[in-house]
Amino acid sequence: MSTTITHSGIQARFFLRFDGFTLDVDLDDLPGRGVTALFGHSGSGKTTLLRCIAGLERVPGGYLAVNGEVWQDASRALFKPTHQRPLGYVFQEASLFPHLSVRRNLEYGRQRVPHSERRVALEQAIELLGIGHLLERKPDQLSGGERQRVGIARALATSPRLLLMDEPLAALDSKRKREILPYLERLHAELDIPVLYVTHSPEEVAQLADHLVLLEQGRVVASGALGEMLVRLDLPLAHEDEAGAVIDAMVAVHDDLYQLTTLEFDGGRLVVARSAQPLGTPVRLRIHARDVSLALARHDDSSILNILPAQVMAIEPAGPAQVLVKLCADSAGRTPLLARITRKSVDALSLAVGQSLYVQIKSVALMG
Amino acid sequence: MLLSQGDLQAIVLTLELAGIVTAILLVVATPIAWWLARTKSWWKGPVGAVVALPLVLPPSVLGFYLLLAMGPHGPVGQLTQWLGIGTLPFTFWGLVIGSVFYSLPFMVQPVQNAFETIGERPLEVAATLRAGPWDTFFTVLLPLALPGFLTASILTFAHTVGEFGVVLMIGGNIPDETRVASVQIYDHVEALEYGEAHRLSVVMLLFSFLVLLTLYAWRPNRRKF
Repeated sequence: MSTTITHSGIQARFFLRFDGFTLDVDLDDLPGRGVTALFGHSGSGKTTLLRCIAGLERVPGGYLAVNGEVWQDASRALFKPTHQRPLGYVFQEASLFPHLSVRRNLEYGRQRVPHSERRVALEQAIELLGIGHLLERKPDQLSGGERQRVGIARALATSPRLLLMDEPLAALDSKRKREILPYLERLHAELDIPVLYVTHSPEEVAQLADHLVLLEQGRVVASGALGEMLVRLDLPLAHEDEAGAVIDAMVAVHDDLYQLTTLEFDGGRLVVARSAQPLGTPVRLRIHARDVSLALARHDDSSILNILPAQVMAIEPAGPAQVLVKLCADSAGRTPLLARITRKSVDALSLAVGQSLYVQIKSVALMG
Repeated sequence: MLLSQGDLQAIVLTLELAGIVTAILLVVATPIAWWLARTKSWWKGPVGAVVALPLVLPPSVLGFYLLLAMGPHGPVGQLTQWLGIGTLPFTFWGLVIGSVFYSLPFMVQPVQNAFETIGERPLEVAATLRAGPWDTFFTVLLPLALPGFLTASILTFAHTVGEFGVVLMIGGNIPDETRVASVQIYDHVEALEYGEAHRLSVVMLLFSFLVLLTLYAWRPNRRKF
């Protein structure tokens, strides 16, 4: 029986009911590359969905295909058990084998992968996660952050065709989180392995994800490219305190005189404090809605450096005094932005959908 | 010579019996312990109770039913006669079978506890690292459950050494065949040979104490998973 079909990407259909909880998911357009965040509050079913995809929960009637390869199809009575799925899984607690050294932990999965399917070198995984000095230690001699890095490297060393990560940072304090995030970004940049990343942290989503699936009570509320999802006014993400847009840009110019760096993206340029990144480096920017103000005319007499022409796409109340405005910063609508301003200002400027104006950006956070 | 020829024979026979029973139970009890540790079936309660029965049942009761089952008219006896190996009561192998039942809980329960403590997670991790069920059993479950297996083996061995009631019921008292140390002591006392009874009893006392000392003094360092 052939298990390959022509679709790329990930198609997943699961229906599962237990103890009053229902998971009812039908995703047919998950990208087969990049990082897809499964985002939701606890109890939204995101971990259960990940376990279904891994085959750790056996769901009658489910369907799952990953980049053209069918792993599960109830209509053909096909169910590949977990150990036959070429995936990597990073658990919330690193769950290293306590009876094996770090090196033996890393080799455990790798040894069980046929030579022809090994695409990630062990050395590469070790180097990528910076764990070369830990190889001879036992797991109980590692810090929480080190254990998690070994757990990630162990999953990578099996050359997975899909990497599943279940809140890999949730069990760590914020210092350890910051220690691991750069490794995750490198992984993203250097390996072409699609990642499904379960999290309830908007920060991690903004920093790592390319695609976002929003789950609530076992159902998919929305699924789409991160940039669009973050500014959709009908979704709860845009209404959070930390709401904002992300923009993928590139380091374009360093200004040594004023110690500034210019970043270029689809539809414009932004200036930030001098970055250490070399020219041409792709970077991700985060612009919080609260840091964006609107003006009808371009004010060159302002201290604000980052002023972009934009168009109002939508206006939505956010609480008694405030309003969220969705904007796009270039004519093609490719770079969405979010502004949170007062209702009073909306009236004062008589803002309306379709209007052209200028956005003034008070602060830009450079990530990665 | 401190111990008589008959005493030494009885000790060797006892150790032989305990060794064989422990080996058999390692194989027989592991799947039972595994099933009891994992199952969500309704049968878990009844099966667990049956396994634990020898803990509370007078050994003579257990021995009595085994005697009936293995006797010439019992189902096991019919089978063994049909197989041409006669009946098992009053033979060494009859004793082995009786002891396997008698010591079953001492192997099952510590191993079951070990499996329950390990939990699902290491097995799931192994599966995500491409290890099939048997592979996982030998490379993850067994090493992690090793302290449980050691405890269970020591308890089973010692408990079989200390067996008396079941032996009397189904083994009788045949030198070099079923006359184990505990029966030998009983014989000495019956014959008013208190000196001999003392010597053998002291050996048994020391043995039991040393076994338990090993068990309690040795603390496997609990590893966090």
